[in-house]
Amino acid sequence: MLLSVRNLSIQFPSRAGLVRAVEDVSWDVNAGETLAILGESGSGKSVSASAVMNLIETPPAVIPQGQILFEGHDLLQADAETRRRINGKSISMIFQDPLAALNPVYPVGWQIAETMRVHGIAPDVAQARVIELLARVGISEPERRMKDYPHQFSGGQRQRIMIASAIALKPKLLIADEPTSALDVTVQARVLDLLKEIQAEDGMGMVLITHDLTVVERVADRVVVMQAGRIVESGTSAEVMRNPQHDYTRRLLDAIPGRAGFSDIAAGRPMLEVQSVSKIYGGLARQFARLRTQPVRAVDDVSFTMAKGETLGVVGESGSGKSTLARMILGLDDPTSGVIRFDGRAMQGQSEAEAYKMRRRVQFVFQDPTASLNPRMTVQQIIAEPWAIHPDVLPKSQWRTRVAELLEQVGLKPDHADRHPHQFSGGQRQRIAIARALALKPELIVCDEAVSALDVSVQAQVIDLLKDLRRDYGLSYVFVAHDLALVRDFATSVLVMYGGRIVEQGPVRDVYDNPQHDYTKALLRASGVIPQQAA
Amino acid sequence: MGSFIFKRSFQSILSLIFLVIVVFFLARMTGSPAMLYLPPEATQDQIDAYNALHGFDDPLIVQFGSFITGVFQGDFGNSLQYSRPALDMVLAAFPTTLALAAVTMPLVLLISIVTGALAAYHPGGVFDRLASLISLIGASMPNFWVAIVGVLVFAVTLNVLPTSGTGTWQHWVLPVAVLVLRPAGVLVQVMRTSMMTALSSVYVKAAKAKGVKARAIIFVHALRNSLLPVITVASDQAAGIVNGAVIVETVFGFPGIGKLMIDSVLMRDFAVIQAAILVTALAVFLINIIVDISYAFVDPRIRHS
Repeated sequence: MLLSVRNLSIQFPSRAGLVRAVEDVSWDVNAGETLAILGESGSGKSVSASAVMNLIETPPAVIPQGQILFEGHDLLQADAETRRRINGKSISMIFQDPLAALNPVYPVGWQIAETMRVHGIAPDVAQARVIELLARVGISEPERRMKDYPHQFSGGQRQRIMIASAIALKPKLLIADEPTSALDVTVQARVLDLLKEIQAEDGMGMVLITHDLTVVERVADRVVVMQAGRIVESGTSAEVMRNPQHDYTRRLLDAIPGRAGFSDIAAGRPMLEVQSVSKIYGGLARQFARLRTQPVRAVDDVSFTMAKGETLGVVGESGSGKSTLARMILGLDDPTSGVIRFDGRAMQGQSEAEAYKMRRRVQFVFQDPTASLNPRMTVQQIIAEPWAIHPDVLPKSQWRTRVAELLEQVGLKPDHADRHPHQFSGGQRQRIAIARALALKPELIVCDEAVSALDVSVQAQVIDLLKDLRRDYGLSYVFVAHDLALVRDFATSVLVMYGGRIVEQGPVRDVYDNPQHDYTKALLRASGVIPQQAA
Repeated sequence: MGSFIFKRSFQSILSLIFLVIVVFFLARMTGSPAMLYLPPEATQDQIDAYNALHGFDDPLIVQFGSFITGVFQGDFGNSLQYSRPALDMVLAAFPTTLALAAVTMPLVLLISIVTGALAAYHPGGVFDRLASLISLIGASMPNFWVAIVGVLVFAVTLNVLPTSGTGTWQHWVLPVAVLVLRPAGVLVQVMRTSMMTALSSVYVKAAKAKGVKARAIIFVHALRNSLLPVITVASDQAAGIVNGAVIVETVFGFPGIGKLMIDSVLMRDFAVIQAAILVTALAVFLINIIVDISYAFVDPRIRHS
């Protein structure tokens, strides 16, 4: 047994009392094996692994019981210097957000070499190894790029750099904490492949902490499922995926998007028409300051029509222009060329009064409800604000009753109205944002990654809510998302964007069952919506 | 980077022009110098003659025009009080203030970076609480009051330091101490907060996971990142030292540009006021440029944008 965590409990004191982050948790991993620790946010899935790396400060945290046996020795009994010598050399770790995990002010080569230097390897030897390591993880021109800083790399490259640093001393165990959650779906697949490849060569054990069942399915040999600090189920991943024993595991599996039936198209009259719209950033204004920047075509000659009652999924990876498109539909940005018509009227060049009327009919839900809800306003104030801007919609005397109704509609309680956003969970906050979007009885809601920040089971609940609203009020949605499985379950038609252009569009059924463009096929394969071998 | 400095310079020139205009007209709203420089029994003819001699009888806009023309030729006019070129007087006083700032600012940075970093290392500890309390007091006390109490305690009662003037190093102790107090108080808090942010960042966690030693984590990984906000605030504080200098130089009788400004305002010595303010503004502008460059030096993300 390489690493064995036995009956570990970790508690954090807080104002509300002792938080039992993990409670009597046991798991182990062998050399060459991959163990996945699966759970949603707050389940305590990262805590035991952080304890392995000595990243939990005691105090304030308390470890009342348990052992962490690495090759038979209890790490919890070892002194700080012994553990420092193990960290990075025998056990290493990579983190969720590689941009945050790399120090922004040092070159990446320096940071990889540091891992070796702090474990006694001469600087010049370390430097030479860096080039090898960067090449190994697939960074081209390693001699030149090792002098670059983290911000000069893409998300996938940064995670590769983290991996290079983690495998520099051929550790026996690699802990990967959500290593791909911050990455685009096609990049995710490649990073996971790289990890598997390194594991096959070096024979290291791997602990993969994740909330993503498709990741478990793809790379883990065994899995432990955590809920509220406890392990509720464990077994080989094939076993657990096929035949889940615990209720919670079953719910998690059911919540995985991409396995439900398609939504049918309710064809109505055209509502939104987008005609050869382009958005170019970096034009005249910058040339004035003599900055010769290449103009960026964020959205490039995009055209489509959306009917009333339709739900249009817009999918693509970061930088594909999907959010820019959403902003233009909302009128937050003007296209550089082309025209967007809502209900037959061009959105650009309208008078103030016309734009004001239009805004009422098109509402929005953004990705991060923590950022899009003003923390100093109560829920009541947040939901009622649209009525303050459009006073003819609802007389002030009825605001309270209507807010209560809206809160119930989105699955919250009327007495939540006087609370502030920070008193809610992420899923509840997004429900508040949806209630705000509904306040003006819009015809179209633009959702920009509206459920991406939420846990998978919460995601499913929010999508169900949006479906109910669609059924009950005939709402239309533009649903911008990077998660193809989710779009498959919710949208009626889909646009696939790449590099600012539409590469494929059509009814969801056609695009998912019979993708034409290679990029669509690659996306679908990477996201696990269609099996690896098909297409 | 080059274009960035170009843009900043352009903005600064605009603000300089605005400042010159405001100072010119504000100074003239304080009243006529003739009332101060001529005896009370002077006749209207004598007043008119005085005004004509110095050009004060021209319309304001004409006076402004000749002032601007002069500035471009390096001529700021003559002091009414001393009949010397205003620029000479300003340049003679400037090094004293510069020396004050040059002693003060490094001290401020040293004190605040060391204290702030140590306080952040054990937040809530005895040192942290003590440092927070003292820095809060330092940041909140008015300069003039500290200066006067300082004179009372150290010069008058204890008799260990001189009350005012220049000459020996003892003369510098109180003025520098007073000038250090407020910026150091502010910067300790900034440094503490930014060091705490840096220490709780993921890259510090990642460094621990790599096996980096505790000391290197603080001084190599966290310190450089936590300097960025400190530099920003330090540049504000550096400009603020000029404000402080006006008070400190007056209280301690230091012949710097702050004292010169106050004296010239009281004596309606327009030419000197204008020259002093323009030179000071230029100095502040230079400080900003230096800060921008050091910013880029510390943070590669700025260097590449």
